[in-house]
Amino acid sequence: MAAVDTIAAGEPGAAGTAHGRARPRSGRRDGFTPWRWLILILAGAYFLIPLYAALRFAGWGSFGSVIHQSGFAGSLGLSVRLAVITTVITLALMLPTAVYVHLRLPRLRRLLEGITILPIVIPPIVLIVGLLQVAPGFLKSTPYLLALEYVVLAMPFAYRSIDAGLRSFDLKTLVEASNSLGAGWASTLRRVVLPNLTTALLSATVLTVALVLGEYTMASLDLYQTFPVWIVVFDQTSGPISVAASLLALFVTWLVLLAITMLGGRHARRTGGGEVALFSVARRDTGRTS
Amino acid sequence: MTANTAKGAGAGAGASGAARATGSATAAGAAGPAGPADGAGAHVSLQNLSRFFGAVRALDGLNLEIEPGELVALLGPSGCGKTTALRILAGFESADHGSVLVDGRDMSAVPAARRDMGMVFQSYSLFPNMSALDNVAFGLRMRKKSADRRRSQATELLEMVGLADQARQYPHQLSGGQQQRVALARALAIEPSVLLLDEPLSALDAKVRVQLREQIRSLQQRLHTTTLFVTHDQEEALSMADRVGVMREGRLEQVAAPSELYARPATAFVAEFVGTMNRIPGELEAGGRVRVLGATLPIKGERPGGPGEPSRLVDVLVRPEDLHLTAAQAGSGIVTIATFLGSLSRISVLLSGDVTVQVDVPSAEAPAPGAPVEVTMGNTPVLVTTRR
Repeated sequence: MAAVDTIAAGEPGAAGTAHGRARPRSGRRDGFTPWRWLILILAGAYFLIPLYAALRFAGWGSFGSVIHQSGFAGSLGLSVRLAVITTVITLALMLPTAVYVHLRLPRLRRLLEGITILPIVIPPIVLIVGLLQVAPGFLKSTPYLLALEYVVLAMPFAYRSIDAGLRSFDLKTLVEASNSLGAGWASTLRRVVLPNLTTALLSATVLTVALVLGEYTMASLDLYQTFPVWIVVFDQTSGPISVAASLLALFVTWLVLLAITMLGGRHARRTGGGEVALFSVARRDTGRTS
Repeated sequence: MTANTAKGAGAGAGASGAARATGSATAAGAAGPAGPADGAGAHVSLQNLSRFFGAVRALDGLNLEIEPGELVALLGPSGCGKTTALRILAGFESADHGSVLVDGRDMSAVPAARRDMGMVFQSYSLFPNMSALDNVAFGLRMRKKSADRRRSQATELLEMVGLADQARQYPHQLSGGQQQRVALARALAIEPSVLLLDEPLSALDAKVRVQLREQIRSLQQRLHTTTLFVTHDQEEALSMADRVGVMREGRLEQVAAPSELYARPATAFVAEFVGTMNRIPGELEAGGRVRVLGATLPIKGERPGGPGEPSRLVDVLVRPEDLHLTAAQAGSGIVTIATFLGSLSRISVLLSGDVTVQVDVPSAEAPAPGAPVEVTMGNTPVLVTTRR
């Protein structure tokens, strides 16, 4: 999750300069001062030294043998399946909710923001115990119960991404324009709302997937061997291979994040949209005066 | 300046009446795909519309008839209910009371998507994920027109608004004025029975605003589309509309042709909202007359005053061109500013009691600042209002 705090690099597009509403930038001077170099080096060392140590510990050979270990494919498969299910449920719940609140109940936005932050505040153990109390019996016996737990965990990230995406354009006016041109709700959502939310939905997806692939507490408490649980268990058999597995997971997640950010940037450049980088969306410049 | 513009607009509206007759003939003759299907706009009737937002009364029994092919502007200060009226007609809001009829058909239960009304919004409303061409073609796609038909029709409309070269560009690559022209083309592409314009020019700079104003008007006349135009800019309303409805607190104060509205405002509110108006302190006399600037004049329109004893102190409303200046050594006024406006000059005169009035005089006769003058007015009925 360390890679998640990417910052939006908002570029005012052509329209931005045309309307003279370029975003104010924090005073950026040419070049780096020595202080900045120092901070950069310290932060870099903080992140890179453990990675390097892990690489040294694992050794190159471990990477080749990871995939042949028993339980690797099964646990990774389960994690991927959980990631897909969690993402689908999360988006299916969060997208209509966020759109509806933006359009019809804008005053509830603050409240919803508060509610969606709860899973971060409440300890996972409390969530699990509560969920096990209310979950129907047939779910308790399958690992897919975890997906429901992850939906709750992913809620703050997914909601924030979608909310930021919805704020990056004038949703109400676009929906009304679409309606007045004869588009019903389904067409409006499909042709107008979703295309302008692509990057926000991608961010929500990445965050959810990253969360599911890395979640340990709930899975181990529910006694299911997801990929992180397998890494911990396997650590007792072979340390280097387990470390290689977690490094692999880390690199794959990084690659996915990088791909999403680049994809989002390209989309934004084409349509002049806000560039979405996970939590923040550079506001699309609509040039409005009121 | 405003007064002169308004006068020009009055004459313009008269001429446009004739232009409209020929314009519709051309539209019928051309019968292009962009022309309305039946060659005539719809008749719109807003009947006794009321709308409350909590305790706020946005509309209070609004009645308005719009004839086929007519452009009616709703003019008023912000919060007067003009946008609410337009949004109820569009189907984005519902009225608490009253009904909306289009060609005699009650639209209350018809959702916005089925009302067949093209709308241009104040904020830029183009779909950012589509090119200009796809934006214009969107309504046609919703109407299940073939891809070829959509493209040719949308191209034609973009040509009509002078943006054929920008067809492939995305909204963020277009200027504000271009975006609103695409939005206009998009609204017209569906051959709407009614065109709704919600302050479409307010976000643009002055020069573009005037150009686009003329373009909207000439297109509307060519296509003969019934149009409701909402604005707070009197110049816009007076220069574009066949009739202007001045709104105040959810009600229509007056609906009339621009020239009529300027020359014969029904109420003091309309008089002050449209064009430049002087307020000169006067005193009510017996027999429905008012004493002002040393003369006693008949009163027209409503009298100020509540249910109790009406105050005798009032303000008289007079246009700058209805006042006369004469140079007089013992005059009661002193010229403070003389603004040259071309053939006319507008003279500010400071009268006794710290009252400043503006008077239009031919530039050749304009007195210099500092000159003593006498201000008089003709013996025509005047509007009076409560002293401020």
